Amino acid sequence: MTTLTLALSKGRILDDSLPLLTAAGIAPTGDAERLLRLPSQNPDVSLLIIRATDVPTYVAYGAADLGIVGKDVLLEHGGDDFYEPLDLGIARCHLSVATRKDSPLVHGERPFKRRLRVATKYPNLARRHYAERGEQVEIIKLYGSMELAPLVGLADVIVDLVATGNTLRANGLVEVEKICDISSRLVLNKAATKLKHDALHGLVDRLRAAVETRRG
Amino acid sequence: MRNSSGTTDARLWMLPDGVEEWLPDMAWALEELRVRLLQCYRRRGFALVIPPPIEHLEALLTGAGGELEAQTFKCTDPVSGRLLGLRADMTPQAARIAARHFRDLAVVRLCYLGSVLRARADAPGGPRAPMQVGCEIFGDTRLDADLEVLELMLATLELAELHDIHVGLGHAAIYHALLESTALNATAQVELFGILQRKSVPDFAAFCAEQALEPQLRSQLAALLQLHGDVTVLAEARQRLSGISPAVDAALGDLEQVVAVLAKQAPGVCLHVDLAELRGYGYHTGIVFSAFASGHGSELARGGRYDGAGREFGLARPATGFSADINELLRLGHGAAA
Repeated sequence: MTTLTLALSKGRILDDSLPLLTAAGIAPTGDAERLLRLPSQNPDVSLLIIRATDVPTYVAYGAADLGIVGKDVLLEHGGDDFYEPLDLGIARCHLSVATRKDSPLVHGERPFKRRLRVATKYPNLARRHYAERGEQVEIIKLYGSMELAPLVGLADVIVDLVATGNTLRANGLVEVEKICDISSRLVLNKAATKLKHDALHGLVDRLRAAVETRRG
Repeated sequence: MRNSSGTTDARLWMLPDGVEEWLPDMAWALEELRVRLLQCYRRRGFALVIPPPIEHLEALLTGAGGELEAQTFKCTDPVSGRLLGLRADMTPQAARIAARHFRDLAVVRLCYLGSVLRARADAPGGPRAPMQVGCEIFGDTRLDADLEVLELMLATLELAELHDIHVGLGHAAIYHALLESTALNATAQVELFGILQRKSVPDFAAFCAEQALEPQLRSQLAALLQLHGDVTVLAEARQRLSGISPAVDAALGDLEQVVAVLAKQAPGVCLHVDLAELRGYGYHTGIVFSAFASGHGSELARGGRYDGAGREFGLARPATGFSADINELLRLGHGAAA
């Protein structure tokens, strides 16, 4: 029997994935809190628990045959290093531009005579978004706590994921533009789809069925 | 050379990313493999050419898409002021040689082996200075020529002592024929190509809605997205894609024939058909193929038909060929055993 390795994104995506994994018969059977690699209910499928931004790397190199990762991470990664056959419809949120609620940008005004400063952990995505509308911006790459940047004058706007909007509101920011909807996707290593086609697509079909049942 | 702290300066001894060198054991193994491969090609009637590592950039990029341009290292010629490129692929060089020096021959068989440089690796963690080996046939439109290079590719892998080979088969004409029947603009075509290369079912659904594609075209493009797997895929393709255009029917016929021949001549090879996989086949027009080995996550060799080769050099001819990175073959095959 062919063995498969599935890379999962730690955190909210992992929590939301569990019902789907259970329905597909590959729920983790070890301590998902502590173990980095653990077996699943299916002896031929093992699971890796890693940071979301590392999932594309594991799958592109073939260290994992497939992975579950947010569309935000895929858009930032860019290119066509893997197949992404399925929208799992979990960990839904959207990618937005937000700024201080007292900023003139809220009313579409642009009083400053310099490039817009954009703080984000998605530099490629943000640059592409503004390029598509013909604007060159200054990107400031940050790794967390985006909301702080406009408050202390580091950036004019932020490009970040918004789920409920509570964090934005609590920090005196407002959403001024929605860039796109985000949910988690299943990604497959390209060589694995050739070398382990039957096993891999059997698993993809089971996950697809689980997603469809859940949608009802 | 040592710096003040007495340690060797890493900036001096470290090689650039993706660049490797062979030390004696592997270097000798490489040399032996090189000789074995070239002798095999020679026995089969392929003439060896040694093109220069550097050429005028336009010549290196003939026939190729933007992919090759992004991969090519460039510099200015201090003598002529013209832009030069360090080759990233020897196939256009072979096409130039065939068109310039073998005009009188109806069919030309060339082989080559040499270093190429890539500004960016093909795959994450991949080499930027592969040692490319390959064979090309110019002037033969027949499927037999495609089969000849395909078998030569398999012979190459066998000589490198690589076993458990999987071959991916596709056909560039199917995608192009379907694309012609759409009214998509250039930007939308690029987007659709990306979606197909990612086999992204959700992005495809969004794209169809956005472009308001008619249901029939939509289901044909969806077929491209779904038709990949073992050779039974071809029977399904016959049902879903027949009669769209003569080009599609002919392409499916070619694939069926290749599958039948390989099943007989190379029964140990596992076949995988994929009608949408066209990444890296920027200049291909017909059958395309790639080789993988079990347990190794990236491609070992690739090739296919690229009719019209040499047009820019005054003689457009049908062409088909394959190439591989001999360093990679050595690392996984013969060298691994040694």
